[in-house]
Amino acid sequence: MSKDPAMQLRGNVSYATVTQISGPLIFVSGIKGVGYDELVQVKAGNRHSMGRVLDVSKEVAVIEVFKGTTGLSLGETSVEFLGRGLEVGVSQDILGRVFDGIGAPADGKPEPFVKEKRDINGSPINPTAREYPSEFIETGISAIDGMDSLVRGQKLPIFSGAGLPHNALAAQIVRQAKLLNSSESFAVVFVAIGITHDEAMYFRKSFEESGALANTSMVLNLADSPPVERITAPRVGLTMAEYLAFEEAMHVLVVMTDMTNYCNALREISSSRGEIPARKGYPGYMYTDLASIYERAGKIIGKKGSITLLPILTMPNDDISHPIPDLTGYITEGQIVLDRGLYRKGIYPPVDIALSLSRLMKDGVGKGFTREDHMDLSNQLYASYARMKEVRSLEMVVGEEGLSEKDKMYLKFGEFFEQNFLNQRENQDRSIEQTLDLGWQALSVLPEDELTRVSKEEIKTYMKKS
Amino acid sequence: MRIYRVSGSVVEAEDARGVEMHEIVLVGSEQLVGEVIRINEDHAFIQVYEDTYGLRPGENITPTGHPLSLELGPGLLGTIYDGVQRPLTVLNEKEGELIRRGVSASPLDRNKKWHFIPLLKTGQDIKGGEVLGTVPETDIISHRVLIAPDTKGKLSWVADEGEYALEEAVAKINGEKPIYMYHTWPVREPRPYAQRLEADQPLITGQRVIDALFPMAKGGSAIIPGGFGTGKTVVQHQLAKWADADVVVYVGCGERGNEMTEVLRDFPKLKDPRSGKPLMMRTVLIANTSNMPVAAREASIYTGITIAEYFRDMGYSVALMADSTSRWAEALREISGRLEEMPGEEGYPPYLASRLAEFYERAGRVKTLSGSEGSVTVVGAVSPMGGDFSEPVTQNSLRFVQVFWGLDKDLADRRHFPSINWITSYSQYIHMVENWWVNNVAKDWPALVKETFRLLQAENELESLVRLVGIDALPEDQKLMLLIARMIREGFLQQNAFNDIDTYSSPKKQYLLLKAMIDFYNSSKEVIEKKIPEAKIEDLPIIGEINRARFTYSDEAQLEDLVKRAASAPKSILGEID
Repeated sequence: MSKDPAMQLRGNVSYATVTQISGPLIFVSGIKGVGYDELVQVKAGNRHSMGRVLDVSKEVAVIEVFKGTTGLSLGETSVEFLGRGLEVGVSQDILGRVFDGIGAPADGKPEPFVKEKRDINGSPINPTAREYPSEFIETGISAIDGMDSLVRGQKLPIFSGAGLPHNALAAQIVRQAKLLNSSESFAVVFVAIGITHDEAMYFRKSFEESGALANTSMVLNLADSPPVERITAPRVGLTMAEYLAFEEAMHVLVVMTDMTNYCNALREISSSRGEIPARKGYPGYMYTDLASIYERAGKIIGKKGSITLLPILTMPNDDISHPIPDLTGYITEGQIVLDRGLYRKGIYPPVDIALSLSRLMKDGVGKGFTREDHMDLSNQLYASYARMKEVRSLEMVVGEEGLSEKDKMYLKFGEFFEQNFLNQRENQDRSIEQTLDLGWQALSVLPEDELTRVSKEEIKTYMKKS
Repeated sequence: MRIYRVSGSVVEAEDARGVEMHEIVLVGSEQLVGEVIRINEDHAFIQVYEDTYGLRPGENITPTGHPLSLELGPGLLGTIYDGVQRPLTVLNEKEGELIRRGVSASPLDRNKKWHFIPLLKTGQDIKGGEVLGTVPETDIISHRVLIAPDTKGKLSWVADEGEYALEEAVAKINGEKPIYMYHTWPVREPRPYAQRLEADQPLITGQRVIDALFPMAKGGSAIIPGGFGTGKTVVQHQLAKWADADVVVYVGCGERGNEMTEVLRDFPKLKDPRSGKPLMMRTVLIANTSNMPVAAREASIYTGITIAEYFRDMGYSVALMADSTSRWAEALREISGRLEEMPGEEGYPPYLASRLAEFYERAGRVKTLSGSEGSVTVVGAVSPMGGDFSEPVTQNSLRFVQVFWGLDKDLADRRHFPSINWITSYSQYIHMVENWWVNNVAKDWPALVKETFRLLQAENELESLVRLVGIDALPEDQKLMLLIARMIREGFLQQNAFNDIDTYSSPKKQYLLLKAMIDFYNSSKEVIEKKIPEAKIEDLPIIGEINRARFTYSDEAQLEDLVKRAASAPKSILGEID
């Protein structure tokens, strides 16, 4: 927006005409030449805060105040329109640094060197300029590598619940994620949205231990930071990631947690504006809004870097049909779903493979990428695991006695699969070969006739090896 | 006319007297394209097709005097447009990889010369919709140059066969009015035709569960509702790839950017099974991805269907895929909210149902103005919140479409794809297209389909019983039914879109697969009547072979042979016992 010359030329005028304060919003009247979505400086006594124009007419502008409206009063608040959107300065120096939700340094160090300033909203990537993601990322985690492979440039969220080990899983992915046969430069952008200090510390420590901290940019909006800045924090982080990926040719892994807090902040602002809600009070444009974040992941033809996005969200009441996971699932390229039942059984990571999915897996695995049997094996494991679950529910009704021999084999398969394939240690880094071989080992419990998703040749080649 | 207020994608204008409903206006100093969607005294409400950030009250708005219209002519095929027909490849070349606003580019290439072959002669009386001449647009599609539907008169001059650019006239009417190889047409107005025809021709898709159980007719309409991860987009892509339509229009409406990239990557490489030429040569793409401006999303559906109607008017069968109509409905909802209209169910505007009706009614098989036969088939994906089909978009769409392919979360979780639920889905065309199968594939097709439905229905009813008493408590004939139903599910209904052989099944292959299963069933029944336990049948190795046939056999001779062996295999058990 700073490119608009008319806006740049206009002198910045200050207004003291705040007529209404509602939640995080203030209404300013008697304004002139204010642009939609422009940045504002709000002052009251010695309090300063930034804000953003949400709605503007000839008479009145509606402004959302990032630090919140506490302490503002009608008479003493002055508002200055800055004629540009919220921008963040970028350069390689942002790595190893910590920022707040609007991109200001938060580690007590001076402002990093700024190579250029970028509007945090970005612009949509032209679909004809996108490069289809297809490079397998080995995370060393069997549940992901084997069943729901991650590829460079993918957006793959973790759907979790309160108290489940999603942080441990995300940290493990960051520690272990690497591309097969590759040693290109990488960076991590970590965006905290309304999480606790403890959680943020956990990630920091984990990055430090793995030596990734120097290559990490952290954007922190913690639970006690202003809720409105939860809206800007992911955009600040993604603007940094875009710079690193597409200007500095780095492979950037963006971890954002917790998107549920983001959506709740969106709902709060929407209801302060008196908008008509769609479902559970969330605004009707939440899909579009989330898409404007998630769609910034990807690869661009002719550019070396990539943005891989790993958002984490906690499903309220573990309900996957809640609007937050639901709308997310419609935008992202799959999802990793954590299951409380598996967690209680002591399985880590407790990935519910039936509900999990990687939409880009088919193009990133197989001959030349991982191993030729990967896709068929994974399909077979899915199918057999699904059948096993049916057997388990049957067992609950008829007891083990009532099961056929074949059914009992399925139970054995399920036990092996959960305990040996899914289950691994938090610091265990399995190669893709190890993962696939474990899969074949699990299948070897079942009669060959039951394996209709894999070919006879694959059984011959790989089953024996295990 | 000046900006009075800006709220999201909606701009309110003052001093707007004289502006027309649905007129295109240019907003602000960057001349952003917008459309008038409501007029209230001297205020007009404008939905802006580009990002509105930085717009200020007081900026000028320029009316253009015409509604949102498309350029229709040679050059559409193989092109990818945004929701208001801006060519995305050209924008990429001009502006780089990010979509900026205020950029315009003509939808059809003005420099390219097309080879025009006249069909009409000087002195002939012409009316709208007639074919003036042809242009070989791609190796598959000959573009018929149409007289705009609202034009008539006497041809005073027709160009000779030769190479012409779009701005060069190729004919004149009444001594003055030049005719070009393209014309414009407003997107919100259905293109006229002479007569509606019955939809009794199947649209063969090569997808077994669709063609056999829930067939589509040329000129029909369908919805595919399904929660995320149930495979809506894969089904839509499969239809766009394999449906036997002449032209395919694919509208990516508010979906993932990478999905459009995938189409752009795959379609030029994939061969049309009939012509052997790249599929891209028959395809037009419209992309408004989920992060592109929301008002253009509302328009993208109309842009798509208008292009589809245009090719229909040339006498082609056209298939339009809209993925997803829910995003279109949400765009309506968002704009309605900005207009502060009274909401209906779940915040959607009360006119949602009538908008859906208008859209689906533009599907149909027709006699065109020039007397040929053309059709527009519409398949709309629906993304219901939480996979709950009782929501307004699914329910309102169902009132206007004839085919319902309900995608099932449980099937998808079991990796049964396509996850079309065979109990709840329906097609009202099933009996209308039966004759085609009887005449072109096999006389016993309707009987096979009927038996398939019966077995699947029986399985559905027996399942709950099995859950209570266990499978061993069932009589042998019912166990057999369950076995065959499972074979139908695994070996017929399931289809792997990513397997080179399985991705497309010819009608003949579909018939032979089903025939193998039902013949196997019938002869197994005879065996069981002789007091042979069903378990013996279950042990026959041919079961695995039949189940795998969909992705192991592509050759008809192999399948014919399988059918023979399937019928005789159960009897071998009798031989052993005798």
